[in-house]
Parts: sequence; C-alpha cells; structure tokens
Amino acid sequence: MKAIDQVSVAFTSRSANEGFARACAACFAAQLDPTLDEVADIKTAVSEAVTNAIVHAYPDRLGQITMRLRLYDGGVLDIQVKDAGVGIPDVDQARAPLFTTGGEERSGMGFTIMESFMDSLKVRSQLGKGTTVTMRKRIARRAGAPR
Amino acid sequence: MPITVTSRDSALTIALSGEIDHHGAREMMAQLDQAIAERLPTRLVLDLSGVTFMDSSGIAVLLRSRRQLEHTGGELRVTGIPAQARRVLDAAGIGRLISLE
Repeated sequence: MKAIDQVSVAFTSRSANEGFARACAACFAAQLDPTLDEVADIKTAVSEAVTNAIVHAYPDRLGQITMRLRLYDGGVLDIQVKDAGVGIPDVDQARAPLFTTGGEERSGMGFTIMESFMDSLKVRSQLGKGTTVTMRKRIARRAGAPR
Repeated sequence: MPITVTSRDSALTIALSGEIDHHGAREMMAQLDQAIAERLPTRLVLDLSGVTFMDSSGIAVLLRSRRQLEHTGGELRVTGIPAQARRVLDAAGIGRLISLE
C-alpha cells in the first residue's frame, strides 16, 4: 500500500520534545479533518510512545528518536516511533498493564493507553538495536467533508 | 507547570493546570509532595479543570498523591476532569483506585 502523504521528523530524546512530537502528529493528522476526540487520541498515543523512547530506550544518554507519519487511502493514519536504544527484553511483559521499570514517575499504563486510543499497535524490539512502535488509526470521513 | 493551593481547616484543594506529561510530571510531583507534607490534609481535592493535556504521567501523579494521603490517613478526590484526561483515566481503570468526580 502506497502512502498518499508522509512526513518524518527526527529529534533528540529530550523530554521537552514530547510536546513537539504531539503537536507535529496533530498537525499532520489535521488534513483528515479529525474530530477533537480523534486529535486528542492521536496526541495521547504519540506522547506515550515518545515518552517510552525517552525514558527507556536511552536511560543513560541522549539518542535519536524518529517519528514517521504516513497517510493512506480511506483516512488511515500510521504513526511509527523508532529509536536505536537498548531494546525491550520482553515485549509482552512491557505491554502488560501496570508493568514499568521507570520508577514512580511512570504508571506502567503507556502501552495500554496506546492500545485503547489507536486501532492497532505493533511493537518490534531487539536488544541493543532499538524499538519500533507502529500505531494505526482510521479517521472516519465526516458527512459532507471533502477528502 | 503551575499548581494553585487553597486550604481550609484540614482540607486542601490543589488546582493543576497546563499539560501534564513526563516532561513536567517530576516538578509537579515535587510541588504536590511539598504542599501535602506542609499541611498534612485529611482531605485533598485535586482540581484538573485547568489541565489542557494529560498522558499516563498524570496517572503517576495521581497515584503518588494517593500514596501520600494514605500515609497521613487522608482522602483524595479528583474533580473538574476534562474530557481528554477522563479518557486516559478511564482507559487505565483509575476510577477503581481513586474517587473521580
């Protein structure tokens, strides 16, 4: 399936960039004329994915995070958040609700929220090589809206 | 990440505002810890009506406040929850742990 439109942004794993990533994804999705709830869902899921990369992928150093946004026919939005960090030892365990290695500042609900707010979530990870999180959401066409 | 603290007798109301994400959560937790430790409230109301965005970092903030209140035997209520924050809290099932109004 060929993307109609795509944008890639790369940024340093500084927590200040969480807001940048949210805003960037929301701006890209705006061309689909999403509802406010859909925009909020996208921003929340992106915030979780990017925060995971910042907190867990690069625990002792700064690294690069790449976010790729792709749009397909039928209002399908793919969001990929990729890092080249330490990787996740056990992806199934990491996806379990309340599991966290991030201390008191993390709730362990990041993946649960990504799953709840997006239509699908895929996590690929390799120790020492990094993690790629791919989320998909279909934005329903509103009556009378051009596309 | 401003918080506004109002106290009356042994009840404390803290209004949170702005975006609650991982970037600002640590500072917000420190401010809440300090307010709770100084006043040792029997009732704490966290007013989220000024929160413009919240991800799961906000859940960690609420759970930490709940733990702090448990140490002092206090009760926590969360009010003024905006729609986006409500969806985050509902997805995580936080209503089973904390009184959400």
